Amino acid sequence: MQLTRAGFLALLWLFVLAALRVVRSDLYAASGLRVAVPGFRKSVAGKRGKVPRQLVVTHGALAGTRITLDGRPILMGRADDSTLVLDDDYASTRHARLSLRGTDWYVEDLGSTNGTYLDRAKVTQPLRVPLGVPIRIGKTVIELRS
Amino acid sequence: MSSPVQGAVGPTTGQSNAGVNPAAAPTRRGTELLLLGFAAIVVSAALMLVEANQEQQLTFRIFWYGLAFLGLFGIAHVAVRRFAPYADPLILPCVALLNGLGLVMIYRIDLAMTEVALRAGKQINNDVPRQILWTTVALGLFLAVLVVVKDHRTLTKYHYTFGLVGLVLLALPALLPSAIAPTINGAKIWLKVGPFSLQPGEFSKILLLVFFAAFLVAKRDLFMAAGRRVLGIDLPRARDLGPVVFAWACSLGVLVFQKDLGTSLLFFGTILVMLYVATERGIWVGLGLTLFVGGAVVAYKLFTHVQQRVANWFDPLATYAQAGGGYQIAQALFGLGTGGVGGTGLGAGRPELVPLANTDFIAAAIGEELGFIGLAALLMVYTVLALRGMRSALAVRDTFGKLLGGGLSFLLIMQVFVVVGGVTKLIPMTGITAPFLSYGGSSLLANYVLVAILLRISDAARRPQTGSRPRPVPQAPIAEAHTVMVERPT
Repeated sequence: MQLTRAGFLALLWLFVLAALRVVRSDLYAASGLRVAVPGFRKSVAGKRGKVPRQLVVTHGALAGTRITLDGRPILMGRADDSTLVLDDDYASTRHARLSLRGTDWYVEDLGSTNGTYLDRAKVTQPLRVPLGVPIRIGKTVIELRS
Repeated sequence: MSSPVQGAVGPTTGQSNAGVNPAAAPTRRGTELLLLGFAAIVVSAALMLVEANQEQQLTFRIFWYGLAFLGLFGIAHVAVRRFAPYADPLILPCVALLNGLGLVMIYRIDLAMTEVALRAGKQINNDVPRQILWTTVALGLFLAVLVVVKDHRTLTKYHYTFGLVGLVLLALPALLPSAIAPTINGAKIWLKVGPFSLQPGEFSKILLLVFFAAFLVAKRDLFMAAGRRVLGIDLPRARDLGPVVFAWACSLGVLVFQKDLGTSLLFFGTILVMLYVATERGIWVGLGLTLFVGGAVVAYKLFTHVQQRVANWFDPLATYAQAGGGYQIAQALFGLGTGGVGGTGLGAGRPELVPLANTDFIAAAIGEELGFIGLAALLMVYTVLALRGMRSALAVRDTFGKLLGGGLSFLLIMQVFVVVGGVTKLIPMTGITAPFLSYGGSSLLANYVLVAILLRISDAARRPQTGSRPRPVPQAPIAEAHTVMVERPT
C-alpha cells in the first residue's frame, strides 16, 4: 500500500523529468539556433563578447566592406544575389557559404573552381571559422570579427 | 519583436533546400509518441490504484481502458504527425496526462459519491461517462481545428468577426431567459442544450484573444507612436485604443453581472499581458494593476458575493456554518492537510467531503490523495505546457503568432494559478475550472481548441523555412548572365 503510493508519485515525477529532458535537449533547436549537440556547454562557458558580429573584407577589390552577421547564412560569389558579391576573376558564381550552426560559423566551399582557403588549408568540407582567421577566395580575404 | 528572428533560416539557402535536412529540423514526433505512452502508463497505474484502494475488482479491464486512452490520443498524435509535423512534442503528452488523471480523479469521486448516495438511498448520475464523451468530442474538435486552420495567420482575416462572436457568446447567457440559461451555483453563465449545459464564455475567451492579438498587431505602431503624453506616459489616441477598451469593458461588465469573477480575472490579466507584450511598455502593467486594484475595491463595495468571497478567504472557519460561507474552502484545506506531503494514496482519501470536488476543487482532491509531491508534479506539468507555448511564441516568426501564442499560454497558466490559488487560499476563491483536469465539457472543449492553436503556432515556429529568401532573385537576361570561369592560369 505504502509502496504503491510512493511508486505512483515516483512515476508521476519521472514523467515530469522526462518532459524536462526533452525541454533541455532542444533548448536551442526550436529557434533553429543549434544544430550540433555539443554546443550547449560551449555557449554557456563564457564566450560572451567574443561572438562573431561582423564579416570584414581585408584584402582585394572590396577591402573595407563590412557585413553585420545576423544569423542568416552568407553566400559569397559573383552571382548578384550573393550576400557578398565578389568582383574577383578567381571567384566562381557561387563560391562559398558561411553559415551559423549553434554559436559557430562554418565555411563551406560550393564547388568553386579555384577553391576556398581557411588560413592556408583548402576547404573541402564545412570547417569552423574561428575569430580573426582569414578566409581566402581568389584575391579576396575576409575575416570574422566580434 | 520586430527584429528578424535570427538563425531562423539555418544553414539552408533558397537554392539548395528542396529536401529538408532531417538533422537540422527534427520533427520529434517519436518523442511525442513515447511520452504519450508514458502518460498512458501513468494514467493506467492511477486507475489501478483507485480500483485497488476502493476494493473494486481488479480485472484485465484496466488494461483495456489504458489501451483505449492511448488509442484516443494515438489518433490525435497521428493527426499531429499528418497536419502539424513540426509541432512541439511536449504539448500533447502533457495534455494527455492531465486529462487522463482528471478522468481517473472524476471516476474516483464518482465512486465515493455513489456510495454516499447509496447510503442515503438515492440514485445519482455518474460524471465520468460524460467526461469521457466530452474528451472524445474535444479531441474531435482539436482535430478539426488542426485540419481547418492550416496556418494560424489566416485567423487574422476574421478577427473582427471573432471579436463580435466572442462578445455575443459571452453576453448570451445573461440576455437569454432562465429557461435556457439557468443560474447554477450563483452564476448565470450556462446554456442548456438538451441534456448538456454549455458555458459559452469558455469559447469566447479564445475568440476574444484572437481578436485582441490581431488587433494589436494591426495597430501596434499607432499605439507606440501617435498619441498624447500624459504624466510621462505615451497614451495612444482614443480611436486606436477604442475597440480594445470597448471589448475589454464589455467583457468585464458582462462577466461581473454574471457573477463570474474567475473568468473576468482571467480576461483582465491576459489582455494586460498581451498589451504589455505588444507594446513592450511596463507602464501598461502598472496601469493595469492600478485599474485592477480600483476595480476590485469597487466590486467589493458593490457586490455582496464579492464581500462573501473575501470574507471566506480571510477566515474560512469564521463563516464555516453560513450559507455560501467558508465551508468549501475549509474542507479543501482539511483535505490538503490530510494529504500532507505524500498524500493518502489514490482512492484512499475522502475527497467527496469537499463540495464540487470534481470541478473547481479538483486540485484539493488531488492534493489530498497525491499530497504535496503529486500536486507539485501536476503543477510542473502545467508549467511545462505553458513554457512550451511561450517558447513557440518566442520562436515563431510573425508578430500575430507571437502575441497569440503568448496570450494563450498565459491564459492557460493563469487559469491554473487562479484555481489552485483559490483552493489553497492564496487568493480569494473564484469559480473556475482547472484546465483538462476538471469535470466540464465546455472547459475541456475550449482548452483543446487552445492547445490545437498552440500546436499550430509551434509547428510554424519549428518548421524549417523553405524558399524564404528576403528578396526574389532577379533573373538576368541571358546575354548578361555570368559565365562561370573554368580555368585561368596564374
